[in-house]
Amino acid sequence: MWKLLKIELFKIFKRPRTYIAFGAIAAIVFLFQIALWFDGKTYIGLILGNIDTSFDFSDQFKTRLLNGYFVCFAVLNILLIQMPLLVALIAGDAIAGEANMGTLRLSLTKPVGRTQYMMGKFFASSIYTVSLLLFLAILALLGSIALFGTNDLVIFRSISIHQMSRDDIFWRYIAAFGYAAVALTTVASLAFLLSVFADNSIGPIIATMSIVIVFTILSEMNIPLYDRTIKPYLFTTHMVAWKGFFYVRSNEEGATIKGSIENLPAILKSLSVLLIYIVLFVSSAIWIFRRKDILS
Amino acid sequence: MIFSSTFIVFKKQRYNKYSFATIFFLSLLLNANAQTGEQVIQKIKMKLEKINDYQAEGTMKTNVAFIKAPVANVKIFYKKPDKLLILNETGISFIPKGSVNINVNNVFVHMQSFDIIDGGTDSEGLRVLKLLPKDDTADIVLSTLYIDEKNMVVKRSKTTTKENGTYELEMSYGKYLEYGLPDKIIFSFNTKDYKLPKGITLDYDDGSEKNGDTLKNKKGTVEIDYKNYVINKGVDNKIFDR
Repeated sequence: MWKLLKIELFKIFKRPRTYIAFGAIAAIVFLFQIALWFDGKTYIGLILGNIDTSFDFSDQFKTRLLNGYFVCFAVLNILLIQMPLLVALIAGDAIAGEANMGTLRLSLTKPVGRTQYMMGKFFASSIYTVSLLLFLAILALLGSIALFGTNDLVIFRSISIHQMSRDDIFWRYIAAFGYAAVALTTVASLAFLLSVFADNSIGPIIATMSIVIVFTILSEMNIPLYDRTIKPYLFTTHMVAWKGFFYVRSNEEGATIKGSIENLPAILKSLSVLLIYIVLFVSSAIWIFRRKDILS
Repeated sequence: MIFSSTFIVFKKQRYNKYSFATIFFLSLLLNANAQTGEQVIQKIKMKLEKINDYQAEGTMKTNVAFIKAPVANVKIFYKKPDKLLILNETGISFIPKGSVNINVNNVFVHMQSFDIIDGGTDSEGLRVLKLLPKDDTADIVLSTLYIDEKNMVVKRSKTTTKENGTYELEMSYGKYLEYGLPDKIIFSFNTKDYKLPKGITLDYDDGSEKNGDTLKNKKGTVEIDYKNYVINKGVDNKIFDR
């Protein structure tokens, strides 16, 4: 299995297009950091505009608010919506790419079971996903800390504001990146499943993105009918639960409780939903692949 | 019988005469000691004028329905006549508008702009003085001071403004009573609704924000516990330029 995994990883990281995703992430993060470096106060002003009639926000407040932790959160807020596309580029190519090149049948002539072959492919796609996230973490978190320094983190939700002290943040990012790895692996497993049906990788990649986009729109819509019926079952609803690590509890006087998470059971529930989806997609892909006539 | 009843009436009349006289003299005496609103204000003003500047350390708790923030370690700087700065160690604190009013000296500095109306005493025995601005265009509509006449300090104040609603200030005194500086203040203020479109925040719905309506139009408070004051040791003007 390890040998199979090494071969699949070699295949992934040998292709130049694999690095397009790394390049795209580096470009987006860098451009965002540059924009906030030069015009961050305008961005902060836009967010604070809603409450600046009640509070005094000095220039010093805005400068301190725009620290590395805040910049990283803003980057993740934008990038983690786009990242499924980058993940689908590789996972959607896993089987369909081999079929397209006509190497699938050849690969299966080796003394390796189809299940093992599929697991090797899936684990390789997952490792690619995690390495992409690790790269993002280094650039977005460590890069932003190096550029903007550290301070308290303030999260602006739709109807509440959560502030955490600077020594209570780093562990939240580790947890959030861990959760995001599971969320993106869900997308990878969906692309992996769709890849089984196609002989060309473009189909599964576009299909995966279409599903993610439609589901994301449904997840963000505030329609009571969908809130109760569809939303709880969409994996996209649970993909944003990494943010839950930045929602804190407060005591009776409204003061933040250090090290607290507002609703950990909700995050764990979302995590379980994603894990169920991964198991469902991957096992379906294996089941279908085992019964499939390999013609190319 | 007639004699005895006449005697009782006479005694009653005599008793009433003495009583009235006593009350009359007592009231004269009390009136002589009672201070007018202006006098009370003047005495407190003189007490507060002993302070040219101060810096104090303390902790600040912000209690606003839609804000969850840690208890902050703050430094408060004051310089005559009305410069005040609350400085958080991290620089990130939600300081309400009108926070300059946490410094009660501010009211006394501009006292010549107000007419003073004596409101008597309240149920706690505090002297109530109402300050009405002479200028119709002033932002302050009415300011009410609740004064502890024994110690000559302001215990509570309530200020209604045109632009920013009503501020209330409650002060507890201890070690620095002689300077008229509080050990603890609770500053209450009106907050406006806070709402950002969900499309901007892309919130994770963990079920904790369902009761959004309960967060609207509530009063917020800022509570500052002063640990120590350094009085009249000089405060650099530059510090207020932040």
